[in-house]
Amino acid sequence: MRGKLGDRALYLYTWLIILWLASPIAVMVLFGFNDKQSKSNTSWQGFTFKWYQQLFAIDGLTEALVNSLIIAVVSTVFATVLGTLLGLAVGRYRFRGKGVTNFLIFAAISTPELVMGASLLSLFVSGNAPRGHITIIIAHTLFSLAFVVVTVRARVVGLDPSLEEAARDLGAGTWTTFRLVTLPSIMPGVAAGAMLAFALSIDDYVVTSFVNGSTQTFPLWIVGAVKVGIPPQVNVMGTLIFGIGVLLAVANAISARRKTTH
Amino acid sequence: MRRWTPYWLALPAWLWLAIFLVVPIAAMASVSLTTGNLIDGFTQTFSVSNYSDAIAKYSTQLVRSLVYGGVATVIMLVLGYPVAYWIAFKAGHRKSMFLFLLLLPFFVSFVLRTISWGFLLADDGILLGTLKGWGVLPQDFHVLATTVAVIGGLVYNFLPFMILPIYVALERVDPRVIEASYDLYASRLSTFRRVVLPLSLPGVFAGVLMTFVPATADPINAQVLGGTSNTMIGNIVQTEYLVNNDYPTASAISFTLMAVLLIGIFIYARALGTENVLEAAAR
Amino acid sequence: MNNPLLRGLTQSRYSRRDALRFAGYSAAGLALAACGVQGQKAAAPSPSAVADFWSTQKKNGRVVFANWPEYMPEDQAPLKQFQQATGISYEYKEVIQENAEFFGKSEPQLRAGQPLGYDIIVMTNGLQLGKMIQLGYLTALDHKQLPNFAANAGASYKNPAYDANNTYTIPYQAGVTGIAYNTKYVDEDITSIQSLFDKKYEGKVGMMADAQEVGNFGMFAVGVDPDKSTQADWEKAAAKLKEQRDQGIVRKYYAQDYIDAVAKGDVWLSQAWSGDVFQRQLAGEPVKFVVPQEGGTIWIDNMAIPKGAANPVDALMLMDFLYKPEIAAELTAYIQYVTPVNGVQQILAGKSDEDSKALAESSLIFPTEADYAKLRPYRTLTNAEEPVYNGLFQTITQG
Repeated sequence: MRGKLGDRALYLYTWLIILWLASPIAVMVLFGFNDKQSKSNTSWQGFTFKWYQQLFAIDGLTEALVNSLIIAVVSTVFATVLGTLLGLAVGRYRFRGKGVTNFLIFAAISTPELVMGASLLSLFVSGNAPRGHITIIIAHTLFSLAFVVVTVRARVVGLDPSLEEAARDLGAGTWTTFRLVTLPSIMPGVAAGAMLAFALSIDDYVVTSFVNGSTQTFPLWIVGAVKVGIPPQVNVMGTLIFGIGVLLAVANAISARRKTTH
Repeated sequence: MRRWTPYWLALPAWLWLAIFLVVPIAAMASVSLTTGNLIDGFTQTFSVSNYSDAIAKYSTQLVRSLVYGGVATVIMLVLGYPVAYWIAFKAGHRKSMFLFLLLLPFFVSFVLRTISWGFLLADDGILLGTLKGWGVLPQDFHVLATTVAVIGGLVYNFLPFMILPIYVALERVDPRVIEASYDLYASRLSTFRRVVLPLSLPGVFAGVLMTFVPATADPINAQVLGGTSNTMIGNIVQTEYLVNNDYPTASAISFTLMAVLLIGIFIYARALGTENVLEAAAR
Repeated sequence: MNNPLLRGLTQSRYSRRDALRFAGYSAAGLALAACGVQGQKAAAPSPSAVADFWSTQKKNGRVVFANWPEYMPEDQAPLKQFQQATGISYEYKEVIQENAEFFGKSEPQLRAGQPLGYDIIVMTNGLQLGKMIQLGYLTALDHKQLPNFAANAGASYKNPAYDANNTYTIPYQAGVTGIAYNTKYVDEDITSIQSLFDKKYEGKVGMMADAQEVGNFGMFAVGVDPDKSTQADWEKAAAKLKEQRDQGIVRKYYAQDYIDAVAKGDVWLSQAWSGDVFQRQLAGEPVKFVVPQEGGTIWIDNMAIPKGAANPVDALMLMDFLYKPEIAAELTAYIQYVTPVNGVQQILAGKSDEDSKALAESSLIFPTEADYAKLRPYRTLTNAEEPVYNGLFQTITQG
């Protein structure tokens, strides 16, 4: 009985935290409907749908959003693959260079963003590498990678490797063992790492502002627009990102339920 | 053959880190040992005066950052652990949904979140204004431009980075183990202390690493939510680099910060009973 | 060396050397920035060198314009008219978020001799623009190709202290820094800068974090003209500002978000930019703006051609085109900042719509003669003065 009560309390508490984290989003959504009369969009002046109709009226903003989404997806894939492999290595094995590797991961997390951005830019300039999507993806992969490694490692440490040994004893190849045994067992860590990588990439401002060349991303465009006033289309785009995210989350929960009931 | 497995696993990320992280860090180290200014040029003097000068000038902000980062991390741990626990053991097929919902607010720009907080927490806004109207709060009460706001902002912005790794570590624990331990130990508390907590420690370590370090170096929350005496070391790096173009000082501060953080993580690792510092640093 | 084969070989060796240098840096982790940051202080080019440069340039039929977001009507009508009038196609990029960041990322490229890829950039007069000029990163303008600027630029916008004779820059938009106050909370008419230092507004005063902005107001407060100020004056101003801070009068040193705070009543009065206040008045918020009797600051966002720009002639043509009053009026109608172009006020006053009339009548968009007389630019700092000046005021804003 006491356990059930405790569970209920924790359940409510979890929702409370989610609502707290999402509370500014509510304001953002609201101001996407603001019928504002001047450039500033911070005081409520009436309800309108017009910003939804004119969602793509600002070419630069639309382009920036598309860039951000592409960069976030690609860098998340890179960071997740590289980070998962390295996370497995440092979490499970003893090998030469492990200490240095761990130090590098710490360094990647602790280097101030600005310094990372500026030094990457010097590197790209001295290598005469043109700045744009590719350099942004390289940079985002770099800082997201470390977070994936740390998250995956938290999963790997203490996982029992005997299942994999059993699979190998039964004649499964390296790849088959990895795909059928290792990966499923670390999957929650990989998924969590990927989500963190995506969040880091799509919201990054400082590093991107150095290595972007003339490629604009969503956060960069918004920061620039602060000077004159952020147009409500920005709120609408934020709302759509959030809305699509909620739909995906719910769809995932439903499909997971189907799987468990079947 | 298996001897080589870790190297193959590590190789791609090693290459990435070697080219894109080691080179910049080495460059930063060398810049921190130069003197001069942008217009006349910087010369490599190998003088460590940048470090001593920077520490002397900015020790207040450095210590303040460590305190803010530390306090925020403790709060995040306390707030985040129960969430991770509930999702890992009780959310069933909705685990992914809850995790995703926790992170979703961070997919929209920090500028929008910040503006919204400014709206919600305004001195006479919908929250404080209403409470003041009811006489619950004194008229001159405010949240924005205070230390509480800065630490609150850090907690808000990094909380998912605490919850997710703890969840990841807890989730591998078989709930039946916990059920069984209820029978073994008398109370829930000792079950938690003897079974759950030890199993979640790698996650706690990862969470602390991923929140304490970036929160201490963060410039945004102090700038947006702070008042006149809340400047953090991240803001100083920005000013020295971008406004003053004093690249040597900015690099020296960055290195000092990294060193101090590494020491902090080391002490923490020792407290948790981990022997190898560098190993601990990435756990 | 004229042998094409030889030339081909040397060229390929250059790129191989580039690659080797890159590899060398990567392997050894050499000091990239340290090796690269040589003193590049550039003397002003002689008039004949400028003339020589421009005589070799010709119209290419395209131009790339890098600007701040929301600094051009959404339909880009002024640029379209330029394209129609001249046949020059344009690319418009909203890539500048902040002066310091834009400079921070452009500087390594320009230092390495790589073009930015833009023919026109827009930067505020201030430290970074000063450094661009000192380091020789801007192209000296050919004023023979800027007839509209000569004819229509306001007197206050010609020959500024930060760029004598407009050698490298001409203004794009301008703004005034004065005091904004919320009339819901402040029930007196603010006229003096001393109100920002008044104990009765304890905790309700906003100041700007920028050393130039805050320094200027400190100097006005102690009765010094920033233009003619000395180090002793800065110290006096800094002492005054420190006292203001220590007494708890200042709530916060704002980077950009001060106007929201004023409109919401988080601060009751603040250092402010005129354009921001105008926006709030349009939105019907109780915000007033005043240029204090002791003085206010005028700042100017300038157009310039970065070194290595591919299409300098086309850039000049576009810059000059924006000095046609009817085109400038379109910019003002959208941006709602102070225009450097004469004749815009009359054009807007003659329009039939309410918005244009409101603009034409606002002293925030068109400062009066009396206002202009009180306005001073940022102090132009020498290389030696800059760290002293910044150090003094940053210890206050970043304590």
